[in-house]
Amino acid sequence: MAKTYTCPASNMLDGEDINFKRPSQAKEILRRLKKNRGAMIGLFLLICIILVVIFADVIASYEAGVVQIADNKLAPMSSEHPLGCDSYGRDVLSRLVHGARNSLLVAVASSISSCLFGCTLGAIAGYFGGKVDMLIMRALDIFMSIPDLLFTMVVVAALGSSIPVLIIAMTLAYFTNYVRLVRSGVLNLVDQEYVEAARAGGSSSARIIISHIIPNTLGIILVNVTLNVSSLVIYQSTLSFIGLSLPAPAPEWGSMLSSARVDMLRAPLLVLFPALAIVLTAFSVNLLGDGLRDAMDPRLKS
Amino acid sequence: MSNTEKMLDIKDLSVIYKTDLETVYAVNDVTLSLEKGATLGLVGETGAGKTTLALTLMRLLPERTGKVTSGSITFEGESIVDLPEAHMRKIRGDKIAMIFQDPMTSLNPVLTVGEQIAEALQVHNEAGRSKEEIEARVDETLTLVGIPPARKSEYPHQFSGGMRQRVVIAIALSCEPDLLIADEPTTALDVTIQAQVLMMIRDLRDRLGTSMIMITHDLGIVAQTCDNVAVMYAGEIIELGTAEDIFTHTKHHPYTDGLFASLPNLKSKTTRLQPIAGLMPDPTNLPKGCKFAPRCGKCMEICKEVPPEVYTDGTHSIRCHLFHQEKED
Amino acid sequence: MHRYIIKRLLFLIPTVLGVTLIIFIVMSITPGNPGRMILGPNANAAEVEAMNEELGYNDPVVVRWFNYLKDIVTKGSFGQSYSTKLDVFDELWPRFLVTLRLAILVLILSISIGVPLGILSAVKQNSLMDTIPTMIAFFLAAVPSFVVGILLMYIFALKLNWFPSFGLKSAKHYVLPVIAATICELSAYLRFTKSSMLEAIRQDYVRTARAKGVAERTVIWKHALKNALLPVVTSIGMRFGCLLAGMVTTEQLFSIPGVGSLIVESISTKDEPMIIGCAVMVSICFTLLMIGVDVIYAFIDPRIRAKYSKGG
Repeated sequence: MAKTYTCPASNMLDGEDINFKRPSQAKEILRRLKKNRGAMIGLFLLICIILVVIFADVIASYEAGVVQIADNKLAPMSSEHPLGCDSYGRDVLSRLVHGARNSLLVAVASSISSCLFGCTLGAIAGYFGGKVDMLIMRALDIFMSIPDLLFTMVVVAALGSSIPVLIIAMTLAYFTNYVRLVRSGVLNLVDQEYVEAARAGGSSSARIIISHIIPNTLGIILVNVTLNVSSLVIYQSTLSFIGLSLPAPAPEWGSMLSSARVDMLRAPLLVLFPALAIVLTAFSVNLLGDGLRDAMDPRLKS
Repeated sequence: MSNTEKMLDIKDLSVIYKTDLETVYAVNDVTLSLEKGATLGLVGETGAGKTTLALTLMRLLPERTGKVTSGSITFEGESIVDLPEAHMRKIRGDKIAMIFQDPMTSLNPVLTVGEQIAEALQVHNEAGRSKEEIEARVDETLTLVGIPPARKSEYPHQFSGGMRQRVVIAIALSCEPDLLIADEPTTALDVTIQAQVLMMIRDLRDRLGTSMIMITHDLGIVAQTCDNVAVMYAGEIIELGTAEDIFTHTKHHPYTDGLFASLPNLKSKTTRLQPIAGLMPDPTNLPKGCKFAPRCGKCMEICKEVPPEVYTDGTHSIRCHLFHQEKED
Repeated sequence: MHRYIIKRLLFLIPTVLGVTLIIFIVMSITPGNPGRMILGPNANAAEVEAMNEELGYNDPVVVRWFNYLKDIVTKGSFGQSYSTKLDVFDELWPRFLVTLRLAILVLILSISIGVPLGILSAVKQNSLMDTIPTMIAFFLAAVPSFVVGILLMYIFALKLNWFPSFGLKSAKHYVLPVIAATICELSAYLRFTKSSMLEAIRQDYVRTARAKGVAERTVIWKHALKNALLPVVTSIGMRFGCLLAGMVTTEQLFSIPGVGSLIVESISTKDEPMIIGCAVMVSICFTLLMIGVDVIYAFIDPRIRAKYSKGG
C-alpha cells in the first residue's frame, strides 16, 4: 500500500534545492578567480597596460615617436625623453606606448574575430553533419597543412601590411582550434536528450545551438580567447620583428627590437624596453587566462 | 557471534574530505560488520557515502583530501586504518579486492587484458609462481568469467562494456580474495547484460566462498544476492539487518519505507510514481538533528534537534526516534 | 599497418594540390607585374606586356596554377626568381637543408629535455622539482624566442665573446641559435607533458591498478606514463608550426642562410616565384612531417594499431 509523503520542512523539487543553495556557477567561478593571486596580479598588470593604451596620447605624443631627428640619435634618458631615443632619433617612450596600442588592439581584435569565425564554422559543421561537415573538415585539414606563420607571410606578401590585413591574417591563423572545439561540443550534445527535447518543443536549430550548446562550451572558449590574446601579442611582435608588420615608421614592439639590435652594445636599454613590454603583456594575460582556466575547473589543480 | 568469525568489523568510522574551501562529511559514525562467507548489501542513493566507505576499506582515499577522523576498521584481526602502506598493499588485491562501477574507464587502454590480470598475480606472488603458472592462472580466470583465454592478448577497447566488466571481475578474483567489494558493478551496463554479470558474480562467490560487500542503489539486486543489508543515508547507517528483516519486517526507517514505496509496482494501478520528495542534505552542511528530518513525513520536533540513537531488535537495527520512543513505551 | 601508411601518404596529393592552390589564389589577389620586375624600370611598356604574356601572367589563376604544377612535375622546375633570374629550386634547396638541420637539432633537444622534466614535475608535484621548472616554463611562455635569442646574443656573443653572433660556419655557430630556439620549445613540452601526466594519473584505471596492490612507482611509470605520452607525441606534430616560426626569427636574428630568411627576403623584393616556391616546399615538408607523426602514433597506440593490423 503506497503511502504519500508531504514534507513539512521542504516543498517539491525546485531549482534551489538542486544546488544545495550554492551561488550560481558564474559567481562561483568569479569567486575562485578572485582568490587566485596570480590571476589578480595578471589582471592588475593588464589593466595598467590597457590604461596606457587608452591614454597613450596623454603620456607621449605620437609624432615624437615617429619623426626622425638626427640630432637625437641614441639620446640618453632625459626629462624630455624619459626613456631616451632610438637610433633614428625617435622618442622611445612614445613608440613604446603607441606600440602598445598596435599590439594590444590587433591582438584582441584578432582573438575575438578568430573565435567568432571558428565557432560559427564549427557549429555549422557539427550541427548539419554529413556532407557539409566533411567538406568543412577536409578544407580545414588542407588549410592546416600550411604552417601558420608561412600563411601569414604569404598573405602579407600578397596584400601588403595594414591593420585590417594583419587582423585577417591572424584570424586565419588562429581560428582552426575553435572549429574543432565547437564541432566536438556540438557533436557531443546533438545526441543528448535535452537537445531532442528542445527540438521536440519546437526550437529552431539556431536557437538550440545558441541556448544549449554555446553555454556549455563557453567556459573553455573564454579561456582560449584570453590565452590567445597573449600568443597573438607574441605572434604580432614576431611578425614585426621580421619586418612584415605595419610599415615603418609605425611604432611596434617587435620592430623596435629589430632596429635596436644594431646598436645593442652601445644602447642595450633600447632592446630592454620593448622586450619587457612584450613579455609583461603576454605574461599578465597568461596569468589571467590560467587563473580563469583553474577557476573553471579547480579539480585540475590537484 | 564470536569476534573470531567476524571477518570485517567497522566501528564508529567517520571519514571527511577536506579541501581549502570546505569539509565534506562523507561517512558519519558507521558501525558494521561482516561474517566470513556472508554478503552485505550497502544500499543508498548517490552521494550517501557508500563509495567513500568502500575506498576507506581499501585505503584508497585521495591522499591529500580524504581523512579518517575517527573509528576503526578491523579486517581478519588486523586494524586497517593505521597499517603501514607496504603492508596494506599486500592486502589490496590479494585479501580484499574491489570491482569499480565504470568498466569503460577502469581498464588501462594501452595494456592487454591478459597483462592486466597477470599483474595482479605478479604483484602478489608469494607462492613464487613461474611465468607459465601465472599465464595458466590468467587463462583459468578468464574462463571463469566466461571469456575465451585466446582473447587475453587483446586490448580493452576490443571488448564490449559487459565483457570489460567481466575482465574487471577477473582481475579482482584472480588472487582469490577473502573479501570482494563490488561498487555498483552493473549500474553502467545495459539492462540485458546486468542480469548476466550479476549471476556470474553470484556464482563465483558461491564457488569460491568469498565474502562480499555489494554496493548498490537497486533493491532488486539486494534481494537476489545479499544476506545482510545496511541502508545508508548522508553518511550514516540508518537501518541494518538481515535480508529478511529489511524485506519482510513491518518496522522500518521512514527512508527505507520511502525506498520501497518508490519502486514501480506492476500489479497495482497507479498513475504517478512516489518518489521521496527533496534531496539528500548538503554534505558540507549537515542538519543538526536527524539527517533525514527535512524529508521525513513522520518528522517530530525532537528529530530536528537531537540526532537519533539506534534502536535494536535482535538482528534488526534502526536509527530513528520513532522506534526509540516505541521501545520505551 | 602498411595500409595506414599508404592511406596517409595518398592524402599528400590532395593536400599539395590544395595548398598550392590556396597560395596561388592569395598571391593573385593583388596583381603583380613580373614583366616590369624582370626587365627593370627602363624597359618600355610593350616589352613588359610581351613578357607578361609569355609568363602567362594574364591567364586566370587556375590555369596558372595548373601550369605551375605541370612545370614541377614535368620539368622539376619551380620557375625562376624575379630578382636573381636563377632557378628557384637551386637557390631554395640548400637553404632549406640548413633550416632542416637546425630544426631537427632543436626538436631533438627540446623533446629530450622538456618531456622528462615534465614527467618529473608531474610526479613530484608541489615539491621544488615541480615548482621551479613549472614557474620558469610558465614565464617563458610569455617570452618570444627572438627575445631569448637577443638576450643570449648580447651576453654570450657581444659581451663575453664566447660564441659568434651570425652565420653557421662552424659548430660553435650553432650553439646560440639552437639554444635560443630550444628554450622556448622546451618549456612548451614541459608544460604539456606535465598536464598530460597529471591527467593520466587522475584516471580510473590508475585507481584499479592501486586497488590491485601495485606499487605506486609502477602505477606511475607503467600505467600513467604510457598513456600520458600518447598525447605528447601528437603535440609534437602540432608544434611544428611554432618550430618553423622559431626558425624564421632565429635565422633573421643570427643571419643564418636558411629558408626562413629566404622567404622574408623574397617578400621584401616581391619575388613571387621564390615566395611561392618556398611556401610550397615548406608546406610539403610540413605535411610529410605530420604524416610521420601520425604513423608513429599509430604504431604506439594499441587502439589504432589493432584497428589497422587486423585488416592488413
